[in-house]
Amino acid sequence: MSSLKLKTTILDRSISKGKNEVSLNGFALLFSEIVQYCQNRVSTVPELQAKLSEFGQQVGIRMLDLLIVREKNGKREIKLLQILIFIKSTVWKSLFGKEADKLEHANDDDHTYYLIEKESLVNRFISVPKDKGNLNCAAFSAGIIEGILNTSNFPAKVTVHWHKGTTYMIKFDESVIVRDKQLEGR
Amino acid sequence: MARPGVRVADSKKINSELFTLTYGALVSQLLKDYENAEDVNRQLDRMGYNIGVRIIEDFLARTSTARCTDMKDTAEKIQSAFKMYLGVNPTVTSWSPASDEFSLLFDQNPMTEFVELPESCLSLKYCNLFCGIIRGACEMVQLEVTSWFVQDSLKGDPTTELRVKFVKKLEDAMPAGED
Repeated sequence: MSSLKLKTTILDRSISKGKNEVSLNGFALLFSEIVQYCQNRVSTVPELQAKLSEFGQQVGIRMLDLLIVREKNGKREIKLLQILIFIKSTVWKSLFGKEADKLEHANDDDHTYYLIEKESLVNRFISVPKDKGNLNCAAFSAGIIEGILNTSNFPAKVTVHWHKGTTYMIKFDESVIVRDKQLEGR
Repeated sequence: MARPGVRVADSKKINSELFTLTYGALVSQLLKDYENAEDVNRQLDRMGYNIGVRIIEDFLARTSTARCTDMKDTAEKIQSAFKMYLGVNPTVTSWSPASDEFSLLFDQNPMTEFVELPESCLSLKYCNLFCGIIRGACEMVQLEVTSWFVQDSLKGDPTTELRVKFVKKLEDAMPAGED
């Protein structure tokens, strides 16, 4: 059908500048539909958060490529602290309009870091009913972080908690910590 | 949800890429769950309908417009809604002789920004959410319409064309027991 005409693929187009904006209300309604869709397919709160996290991972994976090419000139981060700072500032600024509030290291565990924001953009119009317990739809944003870390070769598990606002607990694999220590030692 | 005394005159805006990628994640998850483009189209339409019935309230709250007198008014309102929510400016064209059908032409669409449709999904209507939104929103203001995509730039057409057709005006049904 279209084999005779020269199809320009998506890679022929120049990369977007990322300055377009859409309404938050529109996004909130779309996100609400996504949460409802996930809710219909699971039966427990942890499963719901896991499904939302999966959605977030899809977003994170693609955002990573886009931001590295556009903001970092193709240079990817190889140090642990650098990638965390990248997420806290560049990724968060680009997706949510402002940087995340704090980045902390756990006192007792060198595999764990905390990214904290007082108010999560995706939770803006969400109120959690009592029967949903600890549900935090910012599991979506946790998924974004996890997608970025896993694709950048910093395997980690990211979970979301209601603490000081919204806290994302990032637990890195042993291999990441070992590798990073070696890098520092050099 | 709205606190008394606090009126947000200008809506908060977010980066369109978050929106684009979130919608893309939704469509690809739907494809994985349903495996069949027709079912996904139906699901997108249904979700769009749910969004439409809520977005109309937000639209009316923000624009405080009066009731539409005819389809030309409706077309203008839909056009300005796209501008408000997606930042795109579709053109209204191709009116039918009876002025009950029109087309919206999109030369750019934030939802399809990074999207390429593979050969296996050619019957997928990627932006079917729009059709559902328009249907849901109009139904809440007593207008029954149908909408469908005539052209889709993801499938190689030069532009994306969404056609809206007026079906009938809906009468408010009185609750049983009242006159």
